[in-house]
Amino acid sequence: MNIISFVKRVPATTANVAIVDNKLNPEGVEFVLNPYDEFAVEESLAIKEAAGAGSVTAISFGAGEAQKELRTVLAMGADAAVLLANPAAPEADGATTARVLAENCKGREFDLLMFGKQAVDRDQHGVGPAVATLLGVPCITEVVKLEVAEGKVIAEREIEGAREIIEASLPCAITCQKGLNTPRFASLRGIMAAKKKPLEVVDVEVGEAAVEVVAMNMPPARPAGRIVGEGAAAVPELVSALRNEAKVL
Amino acid sequence: MSNILVVLESREGSLRAASLEALGAARTFADQRGSSVIALATEKCELDASLLGGAGADKVLIADAAGHSADGAAATAARVAKESDATVVLLSATVRGRDLTARIAALLGTGFAADCTAADAEAMTFTRPEFGGKAFTTIKINGPVAVASLRGNFFAAAGREASAEMSEVASEAGVSMVTEISSQTGGRPDVSEATKVVAGGRGMGEAENWSMIEAVADAIPGCALGASRAVVDSGWRPHSEQVGQTGKTVAPELYIAAGISGAIQHLAGMNSSKVIVAINKDAEAPIFKHATYGIVGDALEVLPALADELKKLGL
Ligand SMILES: Cc1cc2nc3c(=O)[nH]c(=O)nc-3n(C[C@H](O)[C@H](O)[C@H](O)COP(=O)(O)OP(=O)(O)OC[C@H]3O[C@@H](n4cnc5c(N)ncnc54)[C@H](O)[C@@H]3O)c2cc1C
Ligand SMILES: Nc1ncnc2c1ncn2[C@@H]1O[C@H](COP(=O)(O)O)[C@@H](O)[C@H]1O
Repeated sequence: MNIISFVKRVPATTANVAIVDNKLNPEGVEFVLNPYDEFAVEESLAIKEAAGAGSVTAISFGAGEAQKELRTVLAMGADAAVLLANPAAPEADGATTARVLAENCKGREFDLLMFGKQAVDRDQHGVGPAVATLLGVPCITEVVKLEVAEGKVIAEREIEGAREIIEASLPCAITCQKGLNTPRFASLRGIMAAKKKPLEVVDVEVGEAAVEVVAMNMPPARPAGRIVGEGAAAVPELVSALRNEAKVL
Repeated sequence: MSNILVVLESREGSLRAASLEALGAARTFADQRGSSVIALATEKCELDASLLGGAGADKVLIADAAGHSADGAAATAARVAKESDATVVLLSATVRGRDLTARIAALLGTGFAADCTAADAEAMTFTRPEFGGKAFTTIKINGPVAVASLRGNFFAAAGREASAEMSEVASEAGVSMVTEISSQTGGRPDVSEATKVVAGGRGMGEAENWSMIEAVADAIPGCALGASRAVVDSGWRPHSEQVGQTGKTVAPELYIAAGISGAIQHLAGMNSSKVIVAINKDAEAPIFKHATYGIVGDALEVLPALADELKKLGL
């Protein structure tokens, strides 16, 4: 089973966001492996281990700094890593990112392409299905349960108010949702081993972006609220405010 | 003439309400650009010509696929977009809609904007949250077609008197198929689709106390249940109810947060709600900084009183 796991370096969810020139100001921001990509890496490793043969290759389209996150994925147990390097990568839109990733998948052998359901920086929810579409392979998004057997996958996902079971044949792409597994931590041995594993850095062109950023702003401030009172005694006033002032009841 | 295409979402033959909001947004684009709104159902379903016409559609095309295949639906939508000379393709930012948005853009060789909270028909720009709602980016799509998914509760159906012209179209075959769908919200709307939400956090104390949350929800028609991650991780509530950065993003008219501290990752999922009510026994809890109305007190006493007061209204 040959698996490619796509990973992105993103700001931690606790990071404060400041904007300069319509971009995130990276100063003082802690960067981490995208949390949803941890589910994808874990699932990739577990599938390879169950198959007893094959490889897991981590690929990231990122700036030079993303080597750190790729080392983390190697320490978790991936066999090899590739950085598709370009300083503009962290800001690239979903369609452009998908084009770069798809172009660099051509010529690689794979049974599974594993993605996070979303990168928590641009929150586009789209790179997985876009890469799959460009490569002409099926894709199942936001998967919470996955079975791989006899050349096909059976996946379960949550949609609004329901669960879906979806089948597709290999090769296939999957985007991973929380609940799929519990990602392993890199062991000390894993971290030592990762230092000797191949991490290839390939400079790539980005080409013309599919999307242009016109403006980036902080969210509008919420109008100041008020405390209507303390305990159960405040309930009548709350309900009256909801009904007569806010008019939501 | 360039047209605006809306890809409708249906499940087991019935239309999802979120699609009506996309039709309303499409109507705004069409009126600005002097073009028509074409609605496409990518699988067989029952549609009402005056409901869709009223929401904004001029024409409705129903494809003959028997179930949902994401790749099949995307191929049908991309073909119809080309045939109808669409310059804008709009979808709902649901699980299926986000998936289709990226695929349709890839098939049309263009960019996409996911989860938009605003659109400017004149400037042809889309505004969308990034970094879990800590920033809002306005973008323009380079390329012949703009493909965008729209977040629920940010756009409204047109509300006009009109009947759409209905016809059938052929569907493209898909390779991956949905083989089974099972409903799981027990009659309540899903938290990501509801206009009213009552959510509980660790301050609720234990799973059994959720009967108090449910009593409040029962007193408000169309009210969904929500939960913080702490509650989901404790196994008190299912992940499908989790609101926040690693759960669902919601923007209801009313969000009641009981025993929720207001961590940044929770706020990321509900901060654009129109009215936020916080019930927390700690007057210093961060949630109060974001609340429209707050009650400082024990949720286990406040919620039953709230349920009683709401029942009196007979909503
Ligand atoms: C990568 C990452 C992703 C995350 N994603 C999410 C997410 O999607 N959603 C999410 O919610 N969190 C998420 N979190 C977790 C988040 O940081 C908080 O830990 C979580 O939201 C806390 O849940 P809580 O408010 O229920 O619990 P607590 O923070 O423990 O707060 C409980 C609150 O209840 C109050 N309280 C206690 N007893 C009572 C009472 N009797 N009556 C009234 N009030 C009472 C307390 O004063 C306190 O404010 C994420 C964290 C990380 C690191
Ligand atoms: N620059 C990138 N390099 C590698 N993988 C990426 C990159 N951007 C996004 N992905 C993958 O696509 C998923 C969804 O990202 P997005 O569509 O941006 O929300 C992520 O979880 C990653 O698996």
